[in-house]
Amino acid sequence: MVKTPYPGRKVMQMSDDVMAEIHRDYLYNLVLKGERDDGRAFDEFRDISIETNVAGMAEGSALVTLGDTQILVGVKIQPGEPFPDTPDVGVIITNTELIPMASPEYEAGPPREGAIEIARVVDRGIRESKAIDLEKLCMVKGEKVWIIFIDIHVLNNGGNIIDAASIGSIAALLSTTLPAERYGLGEDSPLPVRDIPVAVTAIEFGGELLLDPSLDEGKLAGTVYTVITNSDGSISGMQKSGIEPLTIDQAMRVVDMAGTAAAKIREKFLEV
Amino acid sequence: MSEKPEHFIVDGKRLDGRRVDELRQIKIELSPLGRADGSCYLEWGRNKIMAAVYGPRELHPRHRQNMTKAVVQYRYNMAAFSVDDRIRPGHSRRSIEISKVGRDAFEHVVFTKFFPKTAIDIFIEVLQADAGTRTAGINAASLALADAGIPMRGLVSACAVGKVDGEIVLDLMKDEDNFGEADVPIAMTAGGKITHLQMDGNLTRDEFYEALKLAKIGCDKVYKLQRQALIEKYNKEYAENGEDAIPRPEGDADE
Repeated sequence: MVKTPYPGRKVMQMSDDVMAEIHRDYLYNLVLKGERDDGRAFDEFRDISIETNVAGMAEGSALVTLGDTQILVGVKIQPGEPFPDTPDVGVIITNTELIPMASPEYEAGPPREGAIEIARVVDRGIRESKAIDLEKLCMVKGEKVWIIFIDIHVLNNGGNIIDAASIGSIAALLSTTLPAERYGLGEDSPLPVRDIPVAVTAIEFGGELLLDPSLDEGKLAGTVYTVITNSDGSISGMQKSGIEPLTIDQAMRVVDMAGTAAAKIREKFLEV
Repeated sequence: MSEKPEHFIVDGKRLDGRRVDELRQIKIELSPLGRADGSCYLEWGRNKIMAAVYGPRELHPRHRQNMTKAVVQYRYNMAAFSVDDRIRPGHSRRSIEISKVGRDAFEHVVFTKFFPKTAIDIFIEVLQADAGTRTAGINAASLALADAGIPMRGLVSACAVGKVDGEIVLDLMKDEDNFGEADVPIAMTAGGKITHLQMDGNLTRDEFYEALKLAKIGCDKVYKLQRQALIEKYNKEYAENGEDAIPRPEGDADE
């Protein structure tokens, strides 16, 4: 965010590309000195806050702020048919909406590749960590299972949406109730969640690896690398994107940094 | 879908008889398509992939042009008949994601600055799928780019590593992919820089490091096959013109 010389009034939004060009040298030189724009260490996250059950009509929800980023995740659950190739387990469907409210760059319409990638990476962490016991969500094999819809609603893009969406999704799931009574299928019960996967994203910039990139840092990054770790420290998902390559050494450093950062976030915000 | 096998590795041999560090058979054919600027047909085990490259060519609509470099576009698509249950034609969320990270895998190697305002279009069609189509697609795309004469820093080579029966193995086949414990598709330059990396499943840190090292070995093997295919293509052309063949690069051992 550009600091305005007029207190209380925002600078008119310039084209983000122009801003990045001017800002780039400044951020780059800071990184060379071992510093970041907002004073954080390279492996330090911005402030996180989580508020659960903020959307009353949802079966579970969480409002996450990560620095300037604000994301509301809502979980809806309905009975439905399983996929034919997995007849005895429940279904998870994850969707991300980058609504125009969240950034001048977003436009209304069906999800584009950026939103689809975010949803699929968050989904990968939850699915592959087996955080949700999908076998318990089968009611009649091949006919009736619980379908869990995780909808990630980005309200303000302040950078690093993936991590905020991942934290928000698992926080929302931890607060989720299976709405069995509404469908005449027995008593309501908490959703069986047995692991807490947390995504941690790093960028490579100026030869350094920075966790939790701010909006500006994210724009300057050549490489964006997300590592999702579970409670036992094992890895359940990864995604590298961006046009610059990554060395094996850098990949391993991010894995180590991500494991440490995820453990801190889990301990502070997600474990009861 | 088939049933989960009881064991994936018996006496050091996998379900299809391979060792843990062995790739499936790879067959490469260059320039199979007449209209494209460059193309490659690649068979990787039972995968059959066609890749075509058009460009550099004018990019429409013009507002998408970049004044400083070429725009690389990558379209990964599966034929409706390429898998057991017919898939609906057109883009799926999966193919959109694969197309995005596939494009990212090439931005580093293609000299996009040489061709401002243009598009370099890479098209991948999966004709027959048997696990590992995104990595096979990257390998085919890499060769199609070279076949089109697009200036590049080097080839990109890709393979998947994964975990079955608690062991890290190279190049997952269908059952290993479906029922295995982890899948890590990776692409690298010949220098070992990672240009594509995804992972799902469950791995410890040390297993992941082992997977990266095995992927490097796999990518090196693929790289040699890719280079050999290109050399053979040009040698054939040179022979037709009565010119000398390209000498075999030093240190190249027969596989």
